[in-house]
Amino acid sequence: MDFLKAFVIGGLICAVGQLLIDYTKLTPARILVSYVVAGVILGGFGLYQPVIEFAGAGATVPLTGFGALLAKGVRKAVTELGLIGIFSGGLTAAAAGVTAAVVFGLIVALVFKPKSK
Amino acid sequence: MEKHMPKPDEYQRMVKEASRGSKSYKTVPLAFLVGGAICAAGEGLRKLYLMAGLSPDWATAMVSVSLIAASALLTGLGVYDNIAKVGGAGTLVPITGFANAVVSPALEFRSEGMILGTGSKLFVIAGPVIAYGLAASWVYGFIFWLINR
Repeated sequence: MDFLKAFVIGGLICAVGQLLIDYTKLTPARILVSYVVAGVILGGFGLYQPVIEFAGAGATVPLTGFGALLAKGVRKAVTELGLIGIFSGGLTAAAAGVTAAVVFGLIVALVFKPKSK
Repeated sequence: MEKHMPKPDEYQRMVKEASRGSKSYKTVPLAFLVGGAICAAGEGLRKLYLMAGLSPDWATAMVSVSLIAASALLTGLGVYDNIAKVGGAGTLVPITGFANAVVSPALEFRSEGMILGTGSKLFVIAGPVIAYGLAASWVYGFIFWLINR
């Protein structure tokens, strides 16, 4: 059942992205940026946490989940540290994902040969 | 007899709209299926990490790290781009799409050197995502602080 929930909610979030590609002039880069910012806003208003509780990875794997994670991180940091928390909370929450993408990106660039197009 | 001929720009628009409409019948369900499958795989990993004793927050973080690693490998092998041709936004919107957007230029611009090629082009899409994500979280954090002061 959890798999089905993750599949359906995650799939719907992606289907919205496809509609944006098909019917607007948004480029993939703009869609990724929009999804992360939308995730911060939804997370900030407390609207995304219920989706995560319902769908698990179906809500955390799409980039809106990354945005909600940033919001959660900054909220935690501000609660613990006060105003200076706005300078550490977001990046702290994003650390694992950003580090993984950069490190694996460098490894792949070193190990693999670029494909000719 | 003079037939009505659409002007060139009008014709372009008609073609575009016709192709858009017929395309979405395929692209949207495919994005749903492929994106849903990636999220379901993530859910499977999350259950494994929870069983291994990770806290819910760390299990979620490790799902992201695992999917990023898998996407990086598939991008290096040239497989992810083939899946993306079918999956569209289903392969873009999940964290694997973010990883692909980092790894793909990192690999492609290796010919321009490891520093200014790979090292900088790595961030060509990740940069804006991180910049606006962080800026949004900064603004939200400030508002949160103001309200709860």
